[in-house]
Amino acid sequence: MKQFFTFVRKEFYHVFRDPKTLLMLFGIPVVQIVLFGFALTNEIKNSKIVVADYAHDNASAEIINKIKASAYFDIQESLMSHEQIEEAFRSGKIKLAVVFPANFNNDLVHLNHAQIQVLADASDPNTATALTNYISSIVNDYQMALLKTQQIPYRIVPEFRMLYNPQLKGATNFVPGVMSLVMMLVCVMMTAVSIVREKELGTMEILLVSPFKPILVVISKAVPYLFLSLVNLTTILLLSVFLLDLPINGSILLLYAESSLFILTCLAVGLLISTKTDSQQAAMMMSLMGMMLPTLLFTGFLFPIENMPWPLQAISHFVPSRWYYIIVKSVMIKGLGISQIWKETLILFGMMLFFLGVSIKSFKIRLA
Amino acid sequence: MRTLKFLLRKEFRQIFRNKSILPMIFVVPILQLLILPLAADYAIKNISLAVVDHDHSPYSQKLISKITSSGYFQLTGFCDSYKTAMNLVEKDEADLILEIPEGFEKNLIRESEQKLFVAANAINGTRANLGGVYLGSILRNFNSEVRMEWIPVTRFSPLATIEITSSNWYNPHLNYNYFMVPGILVILVTMMGGYMAALNIVKEKEIGTIEQINVTPIKKYHFILGKLIPFWVIGAMVFTVGMLVSWLVYGIVPLGSIALLYGYLAAYLLSVLGFGLLVSTYSETQQQAMSVAFFFVMIFNLMSGLYTPIESMPDWARMISHFIPVTYFVEVMRMIVLKGSEFHNIITHLVAILLIALVLNVWAILNYRKTSS
Amino acid sequence: MREPVIKTEKLTKRFGDFVAVNEISFETYPGEIFGFLGANGAGKTTAMRMLCGLSIPTSGKATVAGFDVFTHRDDIKQNIGYMSQKFSLYEDLTVLENIEFYAGIYGLTDREIKDRTDELIQKLGLQKEAKHLVASLPLGWKQKLAFSVALIHRPKVVFLDEPTSGVDPVTRRQFWNMIYEASANGVGIFVTTHYMDESEYCHRISIMVDGNIEALDTPANLKKKFEADSMDEVFYQLARGAKRQAD
Repeated sequence: MKQFFTFVRKEFYHVFRDPKTLLMLFGIPVVQIVLFGFALTNEIKNSKIVVADYAHDNASAEIINKIKASAYFDIQESLMSHEQIEEAFRSGKIKLAVVFPANFNNDLVHLNHAQIQVLADASDPNTATALTNYISSIVNDYQMALLKTQQIPYRIVPEFRMLYNPQLKGATNFVPGVMSLVMMLVCVMMTAVSIVREKELGTMEILLVSPFKPILVVISKAVPYLFLSLVNLTTILLLSVFLLDLPINGSILLLYAESSLFILTCLAVGLLISTKTDSQQAAMMMSLMGMMLPTLLFTGFLFPIENMPWPLQAISHFVPSRWYYIIVKSVMIKGLGISQIWKETLILFGMMLFFLGVSIKSFKIRLA
Repeated sequence: MRTLKFLLRKEFRQIFRNKSILPMIFVVPILQLLILPLAADYAIKNISLAVVDHDHSPYSQKLISKITSSGYFQLTGFCDSYKTAMNLVEKDEADLILEIPEGFEKNLIRESEQKLFVAANAINGTRANLGGVYLGSILRNFNSEVRMEWIPVTRFSPLATIEITSSNWYNPHLNYNYFMVPGILVILVTMMGGYMAALNIVKEKEIGTIEQINVTPIKKYHFILGKLIPFWVIGAMVFTVGMLVSWLVYGIVPLGSIALLYGYLAAYLLSVLGFGLLVSTYSETQQQAMSVAFFFVMIFNLMSGLYTPIESMPDWARMISHFIPVTYFVEVMRMIVLKGSEFHNIITHLVAILLIALVLNVWAILNYRKTSS
Repeated sequence: MREPVIKTEKLTKRFGDFVAVNEISFETYPGEIFGFLGANGAGKTTAMRMLCGLSIPTSGKATVAGFDVFTHRDDIKQNIGYMSQKFSLYEDLTVLENIEFYAGIYGLTDREIKDRTDELIQKLGLQKEAKHLVASLPLGWKQKLAFSVALIHRPKVVFLDEPTSGVDPVTRRQFWNMIYEASANGVGIFVTTHYMDESEYCHRISIMVDGNIEALDTPANLKKKFEADSMDEVFYQLARGAKRQAD
């Protein structure tokens, strides 16, 4: 046991004496949390639009005021022709144009029917749809207000409730994703590279001829990364609670237990990669291509899995981080207990056993 | 000039002799362009909806069928209680719950007002929000249909209506691929150019041939040009392959001038290669170069406006994105390819990228010290 | 008296407080094989880097091939050859391509490149391997090729940084024959080595200890002066007094 700790201590020395690696380890989670927490959002805000009001009457002025009051838009008023609007689209100056034709109020009052033209730059389809919808609902509200004087008959009033995330924060979705990404990075890539480095330097041979069980050598290499991952996990959780105001609704103990399970799975994958490669470069490439890319693609926090064609959806079932992501969302955000996530836990556990088994086996083959 | 000729000949020989390069140039772009747009489909569709219908009336039936036929929603289940519907949400099987209270039809007619309950799983805020917006507009339509049924429309109808005619320019079918593919192509060119240039120079450091080069009369800028030009050419090749793929697979043909597109690409590649060069001057080993490049390319990708709109970012983040070359090319690609923008539309983008390229390259050249102090 | 190819006067290099090379002065002449010895960390590499124009001296004077190391480093580079212990040819280029590349960047004309390439291939007997990748050659051949390539532009002086480390005795012998041949053609040779028996092949030797040149003479004179049987012993007597740790 004493020998074992000697080895573990040596591994910690390696890790802590390499500032560039440490920067990677702690820089990436912090940067990602900050970016995802504050900078990156799918919400649409401050979109530049132009309003061309050819009517210049009460009705159009009132609607424009309502549009101005919304945080979605950054309004510029200008009597633009279609050509000018097109030019502004092409220069990327505006995303949408609202055109009130002349006699707008007149039509509304006397003909009971008036038109507003909405032109959207649909090269970005989501923004175009959302902006058009916002404008429609503002106009609708105005219409409702118009009718307030008269009792509107047969009204359906929908009541919306946003579950788990009433403020619609992007972070709620991203933080669990960042957690799985970082664990993957630390455990898979770092473990694989650090073991392969010993192979490359030839020190692995020295360790293997020492009176120490080979498998313990490997375990002692994994321990520091297990520890670092848990530190990283704690960092992420602290940042998201205190910086992003994200709640931890479920049991913290369960969260750490499930995370440990995921970390073990990742360590096993890292070990497997290290037995299959002989150079740091190859180990790095394999971790990036083999694990990072699938993690980014198929976890579900960056790219919506439900929109993918079925072969990709099928592949996503084999990516461990997908299950971990579901677990974290359930425990941390939804506050569910083990009874609701036992299935995902079991799948993850199975994956862990599989990777551990295969990697130990190929490690032994390499020794033989 | 003669020196440069020999440097270039050497670089091209080495690059094309490397067996992994050609697949990188042709296969990786094709694969990425085939898979990424499929994955990066942020169009909000297939929102799964659980319905709790306590009313079971013709109206509630009609409302439900109107929702399912809209194309946005997918009915995952009829539940008898809110609680069972909630279970579906917890298992991620439903995004939205629509609860129709008992007496919905009767009250609507009799009381002239009736409530409906909608609950959305808002962990993914955008999805929940847009789902709510879509559902809201369907409800409004349904509402006015009901109204029409009970109030005969006359010319003198007291209900004034404002009709909104909306038209979606450049992409009338709201095809999400049109939006993503040009952007992904930018990322591709960036990664190829940046990584490969950085790794190539560091490799000469690692194997020691750079020492040999340093004692020859090769000028600093010759050596750097000799490294940049090949990757500049490769960048353009990757881009061309990518454009062909997006034409063949996605039917995307640039609306604007192809010459303008390549002109901008030329300027853009200067900045990307400058970045690669800079990374290489700060790294001793290929592994370091890779980690550093990975770290920055990750930030570049996320903040470039490819996935999330830049104008929604807070001021500090928007500032940062102005210093990221990717930002400009993503925008320019979308402008020229989708909207047919012309030279005068992209002048500011061009000036910006040239400035960035200048800064990165000068910084890198100053930092690449052939003679130590 | 002939013009020296390397001439240094109190050449010094400091890194902060650390004096890597302390006021060294010596001259070498065309055709002379000058052995530059010293333990690891004695300042050999730093001195050589200054002479090759890779590093600017802190003080002192030096000319290489008649050019000043402070002001004419580019001219120096045009007139020296260099071969390091790290193998310096491109493994993923063929023999011919490597020769062509180095000849080209020294500004030889196409005519010269062709003639000298033929001559070099002939001399090394590499006709069969000319179109093979350098990676496929045995180490000894690579080393000989690297030396020939370092001479392709007919430099006035060639710097060899431990050129024979890791090479078998037979190849080392052949390698030294090539050095003698270059020397006979009037090229100044500046060579560092770890093999003391090799140092006996040099015309003159300097031994650096802690940044200073502690001895400079012909091998025979040095042995006489230190009353030693071999250069090994001379070196040991000097290096024993070193204070710096090897790097």
